[in-house]
Order: sequence, then structure tokens, then C-alpha cells
Amino acid sequence: MSYFEFISQYGERILSGTLITIILTIIAAALAVSIALIAGLMRLSPNRFVRSVAAVYVEIFRGTSLLVQLYWIFFVLPLFGFTLEKFTAGFIAVGLNLGAYGSELVRGAILSVARGQWEAALALNMSGVQRMRRIILPQALLIMLPPWGNLMIELLKSTALVALIAVADLTFQAKQINSSTFLSAQSFGTALIIYYVVARFLITPSMRWLERFMARKMGEA
Amino acid sequence: MTDETHASFPLRLEGANVPMVSFRKVTKRYGSLVVLDSLDLDVAEGEMVTIIGPSGSGKTTVLRTLMTLDSINDGVIYVDGEPLTHMSDGTKLVPANQRHLRKMRSKIGMCFQHFHLFPHMTALENCMEGPVNVLGLSKKEARERSEELLRMVGMADKRDQHPSRLSGGQQQRVAIARALAMRPKVMLFDEVTSALDPEVIGEVTGVIKKLVSEHNLTMLMVTHQMGFARQISDRVSFFYKGRIEEQGTPDELFGDPKKERTQQFLSAVREAV
Amino acid sequence: MLNWDWDFTWTILPRLLSATVNTILAAGLGYAIAVVLGLVLALLQRTRSPIFTASVREIIEFVRSTPLVLQVFFVFYVAPQFGITLSPWVAGMLSIGVHYAAYLSEVYRGGIDSVPKGQWEAATSLNLSTTRTYFRIVIPQALPPSLAGMGNYLVGIFKDTPILSVIGVAELMHAANSIGAETYRFLEPYTLVGIIFLAISLPTAALIRAFEGWMRRKLGLT
Repeated sequence: MSYFEFISQYGERILSGTLITIILTIIAAALAVSIALIAGLMRLSPNRFVRSVAAVYVEIFRGTSLLVQLYWIFFVLPLFGFTLEKFTAGFIAVGLNLGAYGSELVRGAILSVARGQWEAALALNMSGVQRMRRIILPQALLIMLPPWGNLMIELLKSTALVALIAVADLTFQAKQINSSTFLSAQSFGTALIIYYVVARFLITPSMRWLERFMARKMGEA
Repeated sequence: MTDETHASFPLRLEGANVPMVSFRKVTKRYGSLVVLDSLDLDVAEGEMVTIIGPSGSGKTTVLRTLMTLDSINDGVIYVDGEPLTHMSDGTKLVPANQRHLRKMRSKIGMCFQHFHLFPHMTALENCMEGPVNVLGLSKKEARERSEELLRMVGMADKRDQHPSRLSGGQQQRVAIARALAMRPKVMLFDEVTSALDPEVIGEVTGVIKKLVSEHNLTMLMVTHQMGFARQISDRVSFFYKGRIEEQGTPDELFGDPKKERTQQFLSAVREAV
Repeated sequence: MLNWDWDFTWTILPRLLSATVNTILAAGLGYAIAVVLGLVLALLQRTRSPIFTASVREIIEFVRSTPLVLQVFFVFYVAPQFGITLSPWVAGMLSIGVHYAAYLSEVYRGGIDSVPKGQWEAATSLNLSTTRTYFRIVIPQALPPSLAGMGNYLVGIFKDTPILSVIGVAELMHAANSIGAETYRFLEPYTLVGIIFLAISLPTAALIRAFEGWMRRKLGLT
């Protein structure tokens, strides 16, 4: 079977898998960003209890494997009465996992905003919330965008693991096609190339654009 | 600090001639290092006091504790007759809570050595930030107030520029406008010309001179510009090891210093220039 | 906790712990490959040919932006098409080794870039050969700033070993899956796997941080 024949026969399945992967990536990214922001801020809270809760979350999700987390959420949570649909379990596991890494970026970026900015905001008599929201976070955002670009690629790659709980994403489709056709190079190779294209020509350029856009907006370009 | 020491300080300063700023036996330590050593310092309303002294003498700490950027270990600071670092619980002074600090901070404005303009805001937005978000002014009012101040410091034409597009002198002038937009009673200038290239120092000192001559602000300034200090100060305080070693009118202190340490410091500074 | 079965826990724990040995072995072997291959990839980017350098960079980008699980499948299933049958272990070590080599090459590159230009010039002025310059002058100085990244990826490779279970490498996750399939109990095996991972990765990460600090002090960097 030529590669052309392979594509015409299985192209549709590969495309639908790609779509699932992209949707999963977007939803998981939204979850990861929100959780990273919340956990990152919590880790800087003056309240020790709040700090500890966030630290425990980060250590658990960074200290174990995504696959373990995914299986736990999918197979063990139902025993506690929380049965999640496999797609939901997938994006929650990926979002929570990457959110833990992201929270470290948020925390690091906030801490790296020059101390003088805090002092100037205090000298203007701004409240703690105002200082964070209006002065520190916008600057931290600019600092953390480049590492978030890398994290987004990691997130895209992480979504491949949901194939193991039978979410019909790109990896799952490649695996299915492989087991029915034994055309391993074609099925897995095509999937690898698609991931690469999405990462290199979709995610990376969008993150670069976002960096430039934010930098311009903040008058630093 | 014990309650006994609190009890010896008045709940508020009253009577005629209450100073705008009053340090009463203020001690500030960093670990074992004593930066302010039981300091007493009064600044009258409308007075311009310049603090000079060798590095590590505590001069910047005076401004930072007054802005509540640093806490103090002992003593009480009063601003406009009311305790700043403390508040009354009815019978005695207790350490100030956030609410009291925010109330008191509204009386004070500060300019920093490195300007600390907000890089993600234009010059005008920098000036409007406090009036809109802290004082609750309408955008229109805040804009009018800010534009007027930017005109006063000669930065009206750059109001839509971000700080990264401005020179050091221009940034410092915007920072002065930003602080003034909060209508403080006391202005603090912390080495505002130290980070500037020599050729632009004049544009900043010019603005401060204008403030001194046209406004009745109480001002405290830390500077290394002895000539400038002599020109515009009502009083110059020479700090040494966290205390006032000697103070007086500029002519007294610069023209006829009494203490040996003052003389040494001034001659060392003159030689450097 | 909801019907946590302690008797069952004690029955499966030995099996999980012996699989942990395989997990550690897999991480160690994979890391050894990655450390060496990563250095090769980093040095390959420093040739005089810009086209060659760009190609190496693109290959690294490719490896870094595609999922490890798919690479594992690819290596394991595609090699037989070319007449090479790889055991799960070999295929697993190869794919995880190459995957992390791509990451480590970036760490090394950063380290090498951090060596001041003057050091190269000094080496040239002493008429040192290129090899000597690299091994005696540049790499010793590039290593300390690379240590943090190297340590992170050691923990990273350890946490990615469960992915090898998909081709039947008998590591921790594989053991937990088997237990689940045999007994229909998932709570204990998967929770224990999580705890074992935490019990290893948290101290390791702390140890690496301590080592980093010690190294920095020893080299007089702090």
C-alpha cells in the first residue's frame, strides 16, 4: 500500500484524532492556566494554611507521573463516587498536572518583578490586591510568557496519554490503525509528524505572537 | 517593645506648632546592625529638610520608615500629629494595623532613586493610577489633575510614552508628578538624582526647586548634591550612625560646621567633586 | 478511607516494590543514554556548517515536540518492519534515552554558551587543540550551570518510565496494571504507585538541590 493510499483510506480517522487532540489541548490549557494562577498566588499567600494547601497540590502532581494521575482519576475516583467520562478525566488529569508546573512559573515570575515596583505601588497607597492585580501581575505575565510557550508544547504532548484510557485522540487513532493494518511506520510516523507540525507551526508561533502582542501592549517593544 | 514604652508616647500630638513629621526615639535594626539609633527628628509644616551623611548612616532609612516600606523596632513616628507606625487603642499606642497604615500613607508621597515607574503604563497612566484606584477619582478628574502635573514637570508632550521610551531625567520627572497626583502633605525624595546622567540632573532639581518655591509642601530629601541641598533646604541634617550628628541652616552647616565628623565628611565630599 | 484493604495492600506491596527496582533501572539506563547522546547532540550543533547545525536543531525540536508514548510505539513497532526485532526493554531504553537526550542537549548548549568568549580565546592563545579545549577548558566550566537542568531531567525521566508499560516493560505501572486486571482492585495498586513515586522523587529532588548548592559553594560561585 502506497502512502497515498494509506492517507486516502485512513486520513479521515487521523484528522478526527487530530481534532480531538487539539480540542483536548485547548481545554486542558485553559484549566492549567487557571489552576497555575490560583496555586501560584496561593503559594505566595501570607496565610500558612493557604500556602501549604497549594504546596501539597504542587508536590503531589509534580512528584508523580501524569500516567499515574490519569489512571488514578479514571479508575480510582469512581470508587469514591466521582465517575468521570474518559474525555473529562483526560483533560482534568492533564490540566492538573501541567497546572502544577505552571504554578511554579507564576510564582517565579511574580517574585522576579523588581522589588521597587511593590514599593512604588505601596507609596501610592494601593491595597495589597490592587498592587498584585494592577502592578505586579501584568509585569509577571510578560516575564512568564516565554516559559509558558514550552509548557504548552509539553501539554500538547501530555494529551497523548489519554489514548491509554481510550479517548479517540491522534495517538489512539494511530494505535488503532496500526493494530488493524500493521502499517506501523505509516500510522505512527504520520501521527508524529502531525504533533510536530501542531507544536512547531501552530503553538510556538501563537505563543511568540502573544509575547510580542503583550510586550507591545505594555510598551516594551 | 513593651507596653511601658508605649505608655510614654502621647496618643497624638496636640497644641500649637505640631510638627508635620516627628520621629520620637525611633530605633531601626537589621539583625544586629542598628540603622536608626533612638532618633529624634521634627519637620515643621512646609519645611524642606535635607538629610546628608555617609553611606550606612541611616538617611535613606528615615524616608523608608516614614513611607512604611520598612517597619521600626522602637519608638513612634507621628505624621500630622497622628501616630503613623502605631495607633491608639483608646488608652495606649499599639502597632498599626493595615487599615491605619493605609489611612496614614495617604498623607505621604515618595520618589525613588530608580524612579520605579510602572513599565506597562504610559506616563499619564502612571500618574492616573493612584488617583483613580486609590482615591476613587473619576477618570476625567484624574486625567485633568495628571495632565496639569505633567505640564508642571515639563512632560506634557510625553504623556503617552511608556517609561522605556523616556530618559532617566524624564522618568524621574514623571515619578514626581505621579507622587504629587496623590496630593500628599509630605513628599520624600530618596536620592532622586543619583541614578541620573550629570547632564539631566538639572531638569529634576529644577522641578524640585519649583515645588519648594511655589507649594507649601513638607519635604524630606536625601541627596549627595551638596550644592543643590544648600540652595533649597530650610535645614540640613548631617546623619552619622543612625543619629543626627549636627543640623542647622544650610549656611550654618556647610559654611561653619561645628562637629569634627561633619567637617571630615564635607571636605571628603568636596575633594571628590 | 473507603474499603481500603490492608491485607491486600501487604500482599501486593512486595510485587510493586520489586517492580520499583525495574523502574529505577529503566530510569538509570535511559538517563545514561541521554547524558551521553545529549552531549553528542550538543557538540554536533557547534560545527562550522550552518545547514548541518540547523538540521540537528530541527531533529532535536522534532523529538522535543512529539509525545514520548508515540515515540515508544514507533520504535517498538516500526523496527520489526525493517527486520530488527527489539525487546520491550531495548525499545523502551532507546526511545526514552533519545527523548531525554534532546532535552539534555539543550541544557548542555546553555551551559556551553555560558562559558565566556575569553575562555575560548585564551585556549586558542595557548594553542590547545579543539578537543583539548572542549574537554579541559569548556566542558568543566559548562557543567556547573548545567547541573540544575540535568537534575530536573533525571527526576523527569524517572516520572516518564510508566509510559514504558505500554509496550510491556515490567516496571511499576505495568505491575499495577497487571494487579488491577487480575483482582479488579484499582484503589490500592494505583494509590501505592503514586506513593512510591512521591517517596522517591521528592527526596531525589531535594538531594539534587542540596548537591547543586554544595557544588556551587565548592566552585566558589556563591
